[in-house]
Amino acid sequence: MTMLQRVERSALATVRHGLSLTPEFRKGLAGTLGLAVVATIGKIIVPIAVQQTIDTGLKDGTPDLPYIRTAVLLCAAAVVLTAIAGYLMNVRLYKSTESSLATLRVRGFRHVHDLSVLTQNTERRGALVSRVTGDVDQITTFMQSGGLMIVVAVGQLVVSSVLMFVYSWQLTLLVWACFVPMAISLPRFQRWLSSAYTQVRERTGDVLSAVSESVVGAPVIRAYGSEERTAERVDAAIEANRQAQTRTQRIVATIFPLTEVMAAVAIAGVVLLGVRLGLDGDITAGRLVAFLFLITLFISPLQIATEVLNEAQNAVAGWRRILGVLDTPPDVADPGPSGVELPRGPIDVSFEAVGFAYPGGEPVLHAVSVAIPPRSRIAVVGETGSGKTTFAKLLTRLMDPVSGRVLVDGEDLRSVKFSSLRERIVMVPQDGFLFDGTLADNIRFGRPAATDEELLLSLTELGLADWLEGLPAGLDSPVGQRGESLSAGERQLVALARAYLADPDLLLLDEATSAVDPATEVRLSRALEGVTRGRTAVTIAHRLSTAEAADEVLVFDRGRIVQRGSHADLVAQPGVYADLHSSWISAARS
Amino acid sequence: MASKVTSAVMRQGLHVLAVAIRAEPLIFTLAVAASTVYGVMTVASAWALGWATDNVVLPAFRAGEITRGAILTAVALIIGVAVVKAAGVGGRRFLAGLMQYRMQARSRRGVTRQYLKLPLAWHHRHPTGQLLSNAGADAEAAWAPLAPLPMAVGVIVMLVTAAVGMVVTDLVLALIGFLIFPAIAVINMIYQRRLSPLVTRAQQLRAEVSEIAHESFDGALVIKTLGREDLEAERFRARAHELRDANVAVGRVRGLFDPVLEALPTLGVLAVLLIGAHRLAAGAINSGTLVQVAYLFTLLAFPIRALGWVLGEIPRSVVGWRRVRAVLDASGAMEFGTASLTGTAPARLEIDGLGYAYDDATVLHDVTFEVPAGRTVALVGPTGSGKSTLVQTLARLVDPATGAVRIDGTDLREIERGGISRAVALVPQQAFLFDDSVRGNITLGLPVPDEDVWAALRLAQADGFVSALPAALDTMVGERGATLSGGQRQRIALARAVVRRPRLLVLDDATSSVDPQVEARILYGLRDAAEAATVVVVAYRMATIALADEVVYLEHGRVVDRGGHQELITRCAGYRNLVTAYEREEAERAAVETDSEGVSA
Repeated sequence: MTMLQRVERSALATVRHGLSLTPEFRKGLAGTLGLAVVATIGKIIVPIAVQQTIDTGLKDGTPDLPYIRTAVLLCAAAVVLTAIAGYLMNVRLYKSTESSLATLRVRGFRHVHDLSVLTQNTERRGALVSRVTGDVDQITTFMQSGGLMIVVAVGQLVVSSVLMFVYSWQLTLLVWACFVPMAISLPRFQRWLSSAYTQVRERTGDVLSAVSESVVGAPVIRAYGSEERTAERVDAAIEANRQAQTRTQRIVATIFPLTEVMAAVAIAGVVLLGVRLGLDGDITAGRLVAFLFLITLFISPLQIATEVLNEAQNAVAGWRRILGVLDTPPDVADPGPSGVELPRGPIDVSFEAVGFAYPGGEPVLHAVSVAIPPRSRIAVVGETGSGKTTFAKLLTRLMDPVSGRVLVDGEDLRSVKFSSLRERIVMVPQDGFLFDGTLADNIRFGRPAATDEELLLSLTELGLADWLEGLPAGLDSPVGQRGESLSAGERQLVALARAYLADPDLLLLDEATSAVDPATEVRLSRALEGVTRGRTAVTIAHRLSTAEAADEVLVFDRGRIVQRGSHADLVAQPGVYADLHSSWISAARS
Repeated sequence: MASKVTSAVMRQGLHVLAVAIRAEPLIFTLAVAASTVYGVMTVASAWALGWATDNVVLPAFRAGEITRGAILTAVALIIGVAVVKAAGVGGRRFLAGLMQYRMQARSRRGVTRQYLKLPLAWHHRHPTGQLLSNAGADAEAAWAPLAPLPMAVGVIVMLVTAAVGMVVTDLVLALIGFLIFPAIAVINMIYQRRLSPLVTRAQQLRAEVSEIAHESFDGALVIKTLGREDLEAERFRARAHELRDANVAVGRVRGLFDPVLEALPTLGVLAVLLIGAHRLAAGAINSGTLVQVAYLFTLLAFPIRALGWVLGEIPRSVVGWRRVRAVLDASGAMEFGTASLTGTAPARLEIDGLGYAYDDATVLHDVTFEVPAGRTVALVGPTGSGKSTLVQTLARLVDPATGAVRIDGTDLREIERGGISRAVALVPQQAFLFDDSVRGNITLGLPVPDEDVWAALRLAQADGFVSALPAALDTMVGERGATLSGGQRQRIALARAVVRRPRLLVLDDATSSVDPQVEARILYGLRDAAEAATVVVVAYRMATIALADEVVYLEHGRVVDRGGHQELITRCAGYRNLVTAYEREEAERAAVETDSEGVSA
C-alpha cells in the first residue's frame, strides 16, 4: 500500500492548505473577485432595461422616446463596462491559476524524487505521475471554469434575487419555491453522476491496459496465436467502457431537461400570480415582464450545477493527492547545508551492527558488521532473498538502517551531503533504465559536462568500441522509449558506460551484467573495478566468476554474513559458499 | 499537427462527420429530429411568452381584467412548449452521446484488431506510446465533434424558424437580428479558429509534461544513484512552464472573446428595445411583439455558439481521425499460405540464406544452417550479434528480407494462419505475462487439463512457488505479472511453451533471471523430455550449451562457425574467447598472483 501521506482534512481545510502553498493565486484574488462581481452585474441589465422601457417609456401607450433612448444608452455603456471587467478578470484568473499550479506541479515532481526508493515503490508509477499531471489539471480546470461559474452563478442568483425582491416579494417567493426543490436534490444528482463518471474513468483505464497488452505483448500473442482471445478481451473492455459512457449521458440527459420544465412552471406561475397582483396594483406590467427575464437567470446555474459540483469534488480530490505527496516527509533526507562534504579519493566503508526491516515486515538484515577497506574489490554472493540487495541499498543510502549505522570514511552516511555522496558512490542496478534519446544523451547522464571525445574514450576503455561501431548511427543512435530499441544486454552496456563516465570512488554493481555475454562481461568488470584508479568496487553477482576475482567475498544467508574471506579460502571449507560454487561450476563448465 | 482551420481541414472535418453519419444513419436522424424539435420549441417559447404578454399581462394591467380562458391558454402554452422542448433537449443529448461513443468504440476495436493483425516489423516502427494513444486519445478526439453536432443542426433550424418568425412579426426588428446573430456566429468562428491551435498546443504540452514525469519516475533509481534530481527537476520545470504559458495564451483568447460574445446579444436586446419603442410609437407593432423579440434574443444567444463548438473540435478531430485511419489503412498484414503442418513428431528446421534489416541497418547476413528433427542447437554469439532477431524469424514473428525458414521442408510463409503457433513455441528473453490467472497465462485459452498444466510447471521448476500462491493456478498475476519476480515470470513463460508440446521449441536466453541451480534442473528436465521436440536455444552458459548437439556461432549477424562444442573450442577463436571467458579470467588471475608471489619471494 502507498506510504504517501493520506490527508485526512475536510474539503475546506484541504483547499485552505493548498492555497497557502500557492501564494501566486492568493495574491490579487480580491481584485479578481471584484471584477467577477462587476461582470456578473451585466446579467441583470436586460431585465432592468425591459422594465424601464415598459413601465416608464410605454406608460399610457405612448412611448417616452427620449427617456427610453437615455435608458438604453446607459445600459449599453454598462454592458461594455462589464464586458471589459470580464476580460480583465479572465486574464488575471488564468495568469494566477496557471502560474500557481505550475509551481505546485514542479514542487510535487521534485518532492517525488526526494522520497526514498522505498516510498516511491509503494505507489504505482502511473498513479505517481497523475499526482503531478492530471490531479493538478483538475484543480486548474475547477478554478478556471467550475469555480468561476460558482462565483458567477452565486452572484447572479443573489443579484437577481435582490432585484426580484425589490420588484415583488410575493413573486420572488414563488420563483424560489419552484427552484428550491431542484436545488435540494442537486447533491443527489451529483452523487449519481459522480459515481457514473468514476465508472467511466475506471473502464477507460481497463481499455488502455487491455490495448497496451495487445501492443506490448505483440510478440507473445503472435508466437502463441492468441490474437482472437486477446481481441475478445479488448472488445469486452471497450464495450464496458462504452456502456459506462452511455450511462452518464443518460443521467445528464435527464437532469438537463428537468430544469427547463421547472423554469416553465415558474414562468407560468409568475404570469398567473403576477396578473392577480397586478389587478390589486401590487406590481407594474414592466416589473412583471422583467420577472420573466430574470427567471432565465436561474436556469443555467441549476443546469450546470451538477457538473460544477463534480468538478469541485474532483478538484478537492486533486488537492488531497498532490498535498499527499508534498506532506510526505522525505524519509531518507539530505542533511542539508550542515552536511559533511567528503573529499575525493579512495573510500572505505564500515557497517556497524546494521539491521533492516521493511515497514511492517520481518527483519531482512540482522546486525551486519563489516569493514570494506579502500581500493578493495568485494564480491557479495548469496541466494535470492538472502539480503544482498538490501545491503547494497543501505551502502548507497537508498534506504536508512533501522538499527546500527553505515560509515563512509568514518562519517555516518546520514550526515553526508547528497551531492557529495552521489558523486563518490554510484550503484548500477540490474535493470539498466535508459531515457528516450540518443546513446550519447544516456551515457552523458553520468557526467553532463562530458564531451563526445570523453564518451568515446570511456567506451574504448570499457572495450565497447567494437560494439559501438556496429550501431548504424554510433553515439547518435536513438535508444527508443526506456531503451526498447536495444537488447537487454545492450541496455546494460549503456548503463555501465554511464556509471563509468561518472567516475565514482566506490562503484556498486547489482547484477549489472546479467544479460551480457561472458567475454564482454569479463572485460567490463575489469575496466570498472578500475584497479589502477584506486577505486573501491562492490559487486553483487549470481555468476561466481566475479567472486573468484575479488579480494574478499561476503556470503549472505538469511540476512546475515555467514562467511567471508578470499574465494580460495572459502571454496576449501564446507559451507554455503562451497555449495553455491559447486552448482555454479556444474552450470558454467558442465 | 493541424494548427489552423484551413478550408482543407474543414473539408476533411466534414468528411469525418460524413463517415459517422453513414455509419449510424438512424441514430443521427433521430438525434437531428430531437434537436429540430428543440430548435423549433425554443422559438415557440418566446412566441408563447409574447402571446401571454399581449393577451394576458397587458390587458390585465390596462383594462384591469383577465379572462379565465386566456390565462389557462397561456399557462398551457408555456408549460406545453417547455415539456416538448425538454424532450427534444434530452433526446438530442442522449442520442448524440450514443452516437459519439458508438463511433469511438468502433474505432478502438478496429485499431486494436489491426494491432493484432499487423506484422511485428510494423510494430517495431511505431513507439508503444503512439500506438496506445491511437486507440485512446486519438479515437476519442476523432469523434468529439459528434457531441455538439446534432445541437448545431438544431440551432440552424432554430435560426431559420426565428428568422421567418421575426420577418413575419416585424421586418425592422428582424433586421437587428440579421445583424446581431450572423455577427455572433462569425465572431465565434474567428474565436474557435484562434483558440483551437492554442488548445492543441496546450494539449500537446500536457502530454509531454506527463511523458517526462512518466519517464523520470520510471528511471527514479538511476536518477537517485547518480544524484541527478536537480537536472530532472529542471527538465520538468522547463516543460511545465511552457505548458503554463500555453494555457495563459488560451486564457487570453477566452478572456477576450467570451465577454464579447455575451455582450453582443445583450446589446441586441437593448437595440430591440430602442428601435422597438420607435416602432411602437409609430404603431407598427404592439408591446407583446417587443417582449417576444427581446426574449427570443436572450434565448438564441447561447445555443448559436454550438456552431462554433463543432468548428472548434474539427482540427483535433481531423488529426485524431488521420492517426486512426493510418492504423486502419496500414497494409503489410502477414500473408498466410494454405500448407498445414501435420504430425506430432519433432520438426526439421532449415534456415537458408536468411537476411534481415531494421530500416537501413542489416542485422543478419546470409545465415544458413539446419537442425535435424529431434536435435538441439545452441545459438551463441556476443551481445548485439543478431540472435534475438534470428529466433524471431523461426516463429515467423518477422519475415526475413532474403532467404527462407523452412519447417519439414515447407517455407513458413506458405503455412496457413495459426499453423505455425501450433508447431512452434518461442520463449522470449523478457517474459510477458497477461493480467490474468496463472492458468490463463499458461493455457492462453487452449483447452488443457490441469494435470498437463502442473506437468508443464514441474518441468519449468515452477510447481513449487505456484502451489504456494494464495489461489494456486487461479491466482491473478497482475498487470504484466507484477506480483511475481523476474525469475518466476520466466518460469511461467516457459511452462506456457512446454504445455503445448511444441514440435520446435525456441528458447531465447529464457532463464536468465533464474538462479543457476534452478536453471540447471530446468535444463536437465528439458533434455529428458525433449525427445518430443527439436530445440533451438540462445545461450551463454556452458551448462546450456552442453545440452546441444551442435553449436551455431554468430558474430555481427553472420554465422562464423558451426559444429560440436569441442570442435569450435579448438577451431574458432571468437567462440573460444566467449565461452571460456570465465575460465581464462580465473587462470590469468592465478598467473598474476603466482607472479606477484614470485616477485615478493
